[in-house]
Amino acid sequence: MDFRLNEEQQMLQDTVARLVRGEYSFEKRLEFSESELGFSEDFWKQLGELGLTAVPFPEELGGFGGGGVEVQSVMTELGRGLCIEPYLQSVVLGGGLISQVGNDAQKEQWLGGIASGEVRAAVGLQEPQSFYDLNNVETRAENSGDGYVLNGRKAVVIGGHCADVLLVSARTGGDTREADGISLFLVSPDADGVERRTYPTIDGAKGCDLVLNNVKVGTDALLGEEGKAADIIEYQTGRAISGLCGEAVGAMEVACDLTLDYLKQRKQFGVPIGKFQVLQHRMVDMMSELEQARSMAILAASVADEPQSDERRRILAAAKNVIGRAGQFISEKGIQSHGGIGMTWEYNFAHYAKRLVMINHQLGDDDFHLERYAALLQAS
Amino acid sequence: MNMNYTAEELAFRDEVRAFLDEKLPEDIAAKVKGFRRLSKEDHQRWQKILSEKGWYATHWPEEYGGVKWSPVQKHIWDDESCRYGVPRSIPFGVNMVAPVIIKFGTEEQKQKYLPRILSGEDWWCQGYSEPGAGSDLASLKTRAVREGDHYIVNGQKTWTTLGQHANMIFCLVRTNTEVKAQEGISFLLIDMNTPGITVRPIITLDGEHEVNEVFFEDVKVPVENLVGEEDKGWTYAKYLLTYERTGLAGIGISKAALSHLKELAGRRLKNGRPLIEDPSFSQRIAQVEIDLTAAAISNLRIIASVEGGGVPGAESSMLKVRGTEIRQTINDLARRAIGPYAIPFVEEELDLDYDGEFLSDENAAPLAAQYFNNRKLSIFGGSNEIQKNIVSKMILGL
Repeated sequence: MDFRLNEEQQMLQDTVARLVRGEYSFEKRLEFSESELGFSEDFWKQLGELGLTAVPFPEELGGFGGGGVEVQSVMTELGRGLCIEPYLQSVVLGGGLISQVGNDAQKEQWLGGIASGEVRAAVGLQEPQSFYDLNNVETRAENSGDGYVLNGRKAVVIGGHCADVLLVSARTGGDTREADGISLFLVSPDADGVERRTYPTIDGAKGCDLVLNNVKVGTDALLGEEGKAADIIEYQTGRAISGLCGEAVGAMEVACDLTLDYLKQRKQFGVPIGKFQVLQHRMVDMMSELEQARSMAILAASVADEPQSDERRRILAAAKNVIGRAGQFISEKGIQSHGGIGMTWEYNFAHYAKRLVMINHQLGDDDFHLERYAALLQAS
Repeated sequence: MNMNYTAEELAFRDEVRAFLDEKLPEDIAAKVKGFRRLSKEDHQRWQKILSEKGWYATHWPEEYGGVKWSPVQKHIWDDESCRYGVPRSIPFGVNMVAPVIIKFGTEEQKQKYLPRILSGEDWWCQGYSEPGAGSDLASLKTRAVREGDHYIVNGQKTWTTLGQHANMIFCLVRTNTEVKAQEGISFLLIDMNTPGITVRPIITLDGEHEVNEVFFEDVKVPVENLVGEEDKGWTYAKYLLTYERTGLAGIGISKAALSHLKELAGRRLKNGRPLIEDPSFSQRIAQVEIDLTAAAISNLRIIASVEGGGVPGAESSMLKVRGTEIRQTINDLARRAIGPYAIPFVEEELDLDYDGEFLSDENAAPLAAQYFNNRKLSIFGGSNEIQKNIVSKMILGL
C-alpha cells in the first residue's frame, strides 16, 4: 500500500500549483470574477499551453492519458487557488463525454480543441424540476427525419455562458424519470432557438439556464446511441465527482490553514484566541473532517476509471456525501472561528466557504448521495 | 497510489484465515459475535492457542518470543480476527507492560516476566487512574516510600479493568513530592497477592463487573520491582500510552459490528418490511457505513505511512475520536433496531448456555447493555477531549 502520488503525478500537481501561485492572487480572482467572461482567458490559455486541459484524454487524441488521480491532482490545486475556470465542465464532463461515446467525426471535431483549451464545452444535464436526478429529463428531442428538434430547459449550466459547444440531455423516448430514452446532443450555442439566461454564481463563477425552443440539430449531433445516454452520463458524472472531490480537498486545505493562522494571530483577552480550548477543539474537528475528505477523495479516484459497478456507485456516492458534509462543516465553523472578518467580501476565507458549500450543490448534495448509497446498501 | 495488498500480504491473509478456520473455538467466537460475556477461562484458552502459534506477542522483538509483523500484517490480523469473532486481546500484559519492560526493564525483569506473559501464567492489570487523577494523570497520589530494600505503597487505583482476574498490576506511584508532578512518579510492578491489597468491584451502568477499585495499605514491594529509574516513571507511562493509543480507533471491530447491525436490520420488521429497507433507518445505516469507509481509509493511510518508516503521531488521536464515535453510532443503531425490546433486561439471556425461551430475538438481549457499556469508548485510553488537546498541541501548534 502506498498513498503517495508517483513522481509524474507529483510533477503534474506541482506544475498546477506553480501556475496558480503565480497567476491567481485573491485580488486577481475578484477581477476575473467581475469580468465579462467571468474568469481569466489568459489563465485558461496557460492551462492549455501546459497541457493541463489535455490531462484526461487518451494520448492518440492529443491527451496526456491521465486517470482519476491525475485529474484530482489538477483539480486539487485549482481548488486551492479557488479558480473559477470551467475545467470540470469543459474538460472532465464535456470532453469526457465526447471521449467516451463520441464517433470519430465528433472526436475529430471537438476533442483536439477541448484538449488544447481552444474550445470550451459545457453540459446541460439538469432541469428545473430534476433536482439532482439526471434521469429526470423533460426536454424532448423529436426525430424530424433528417435530425432532431429540441424543446425544453436545462438548469444551472455552469460555464454555459461562454461555451463553444453545449452537451445537452433530452428525451427521445420514455417518461420523465425513466433512464431509458435519454439521449445526448451536441448543440451550438448560436443555433436558432437557443436562449442563454446568463447569471453570476454565488461562488464567483458564471453560468446560465438554457432555454431550447425548437432547436434543430442534424443526426450528426447525436452523441452516442439514441435513448441510451443515461448510463454514459452516470459514468462520466462519477468521474466528475472524483474530480470535484479533488477541488473540495484543495479548498478545504486552504480554508483550514487560514483558520489556523487566524487562531494564532488574533488576540483577545490578551492572548491568541487559539489558546481557548473551545476553539482548539473546533479546529481539530475541522482538520478531522478534512482528513476524512482526503481519504474519500483517494478512494473516489481509485474507482473513477473502473468499469461501472454497484461498488463504484457506492464509493462515489459515499465520497460526494463526505466531501459535501465536510465542506459545509469547515465553511460554517471556519466563519464562526474568524468572527466578523469571516463575514466580509474582502477577506478570502468567505469565498472559500461559499465555494465549498456550492460544491455540495453540484452533482448532488450529501442528502441525495446518502439516499443513493442507502438504495445500494448490501444486506451485510 | 496503490491501495492493494502485495502478494506476500495476501498470502499472510490466507494464512491468518486458515489458522482461524482451524483453531478458533466455535463457542468463543459465538460469544464474541453475540456480544456475550467471556470468562477468564475463555480468554486463557484462546491466548494459549495464539501463543502456541507464536502469534500472541506482535509488538515484541523475536528474541523474547515475539513475532515481527509489519504494520500491514497487524492490520490484516485486526481485520480478519474481528471478522471471525476473535476475543479482543487483554492488552495490559502483552501490549502495555511488556513493551515497557523490554525497553526500560532490567535483564532479570525481562527473564522473569516476559515468559510468564507469553504463557498466560500472569494476568496483568493497569494501575494508572485514581479517584482524583483521571485525565490529569500526573496528579496521582498513591505514595511509595522507600524503606530499605522495599517500597511501602499506600493509596488507591481505580477503573482497573479485569483486575478481579489479575495476579499482577503495574502502577504509577509517587516517590517524590518535592518536585513537579511529572518528575516524582515511579513505575512499579506489584504482585496482587501481597498483603495489604484489596480489590473491590465497580459495577458499571450495564450491570457488568468489568472494572475495579484497588486499595493499597502498607503494601511492601521489593525494590527490584521498580522499572527503570526512580522518579522517571512518567516517561515510561507516556511510552506505554503510545502503545495503548494505536488500535483504539477499533476499525475492525466497527466493521464486524456494522455487519451485525445490517444482518439484524434485515431481520427486524417495520411496517411489515425489513428495517433495512425503511427509508430513514437505511439512511442512518448508510451514513455510518460511509463514515466508517472514510475512517478505514484514514487508518490505512496511517498504516502505510508507518510501513514506510513514518511515526504514528497525533493522527492516531484524531482517528481514535472518529473511530469511537462511529462505533458508538453503530451501537446506537443496533439498540434502536430492536425497538421496545431494548427495554427488558434479562441477564440470564446474556449467557451463551442459556436454554430458556428468549423474550425476543436471541441477539436482542445484549444490545441495549452494549450500547451503554460502549459509552466508555470515548472516555478511556485518553478521553476524546484529551485526544483533541493532543492534536491541537502536536499537529496544530495551538
